[in-house]
Amino acid sequence: MKLKVNGEVRELPTVDPKTPLLWVLRDVVGLTGTKFGCGMALCGACTVHVDGQATRSCVLPIEQVGEREVTTIEGLSPAGEHPLQQAWVELGVAQCGYCQAGQLMSAACLLKQIPTPTDDDIDAAMAGNICRCGTYGRIRAAIHQAAGGGK
Amino acid sequence: MEGRVSKVWRGLLVALWAGLLVGVSGCTEPEPGPGPAVAASPAVAGEAAPSATPAAAAAAPPATPASPRGTEGAESPGLEAYATLYSVLKHPRCLNCHPSGNRPLQFDASLPHIMNVQRGPSDRGGAALQCSTCHQAENHAQPHLPPGSPVWRLAPREMAFEGRSPRALALQLRDPKQSHLTLEELVAHVRDDALVGWGWAPGPGRAPVPVPREAFVAAFTTWVAAGAPIPAEGSK
Repeated sequence: MKLKVNGEVRELPTVDPKTPLLWVLRDVVGLTGTKFGCGMALCGACTVHVDGQATRSCVLPIEQVGEREVTTIEGLSPAGEHPLQQAWVELGVAQCGYCQAGQLMSAACLLKQIPTPTDDDIDAAMAGNICRCGTYGRIRAAIHQAAGGGK
Repeated sequence: MEGRVSKVWRGLLVALWAGLLVGVSGCTEPEPGPGPAVAASPAVAGEAAPSATPAAAAAAPPATPASPRGTEGAESPGLEAYATLYSVLKHPRCLNCHPSGNRPLQFDASLPHIMNVQRGPSDRGGAALQCSTCHQAENHAQPHLPPGSPVWRLAPREMAFEGRSPRALALQLRDPKQSHLTLEELVAHVRDDALVGWGWAPGPGRAPVPVPREAFVAAFTTWVAAGAPIPAEGSK
């Protein structure tokens, strides 16, 4: 079984075709940055990019990935220097941090499609990513900062 | 005395606190979702009026391909067929993706979609929250998971079913500017489209459309062949 992830084609042992992409990434590939939150596409913690589109990896069977390219938080920027990651650190966005990989992946997808989003754009795009610590205000500020808009 | 008074005050405070807690816990009941999107549809004249077309099948004209497409005052095979297809179009499996607003609906109760999911510029969701962010190519075998079909999307807003009376929806179906399809293309759409077909196999926990798809397509075909008659004002 082949999987293109973070720019590299990986040869993987065969798994049940219904296995969610999340568990292939974590348990087979060993990329544990992507988190399991709810397993039902309700929280956004498992968000990765599939062909550039934010996707909940917990509900995507591996058989449906096919030739498409998967990007995880590890592949967002190999050195952790994505503008969003820098803004995240500068503003101290994370509290417990569990949801943040998913938040970053959704935010990165948003900035690709809307480079300078408004508050409403951010709220709409990030509404499916839940943060139990309630860091939403800092997330929004960090997205604005990464977009070059300061506050 | 002073001690007794303070005991009374303490008792009152405890009672108030307990009442407050009950009140707070009462507020934590899950709510169906923000926003009155379901009620936001425009009122259509005649929607609430009593039926003006009692069944009179015996008096109906023959079901030959009709002449001009227009209103029929009495019951006819075309209108009977339309009643069948209207019942399908208003079923939650069809209506939920044909909302009148910018939010999809969900569940058999047609509630506004959780997570404030929006229609977006191409009817496939907004930036970073597309339909396909959660809805994949197939249903899951387990309940409570996002249903799937190869292309998951909303119908164009002009083709809302939500809030449309039988007459309003018939007029809408006949107007290619709103339906984006000719009547013949609409028949092909309901016969062949995978997302339409999903309505009959929606996965666990969702009521399928009760009318068989073949009967629905047959009714649609009959209605179109009869000249796509429009129900009278006020018909239900």
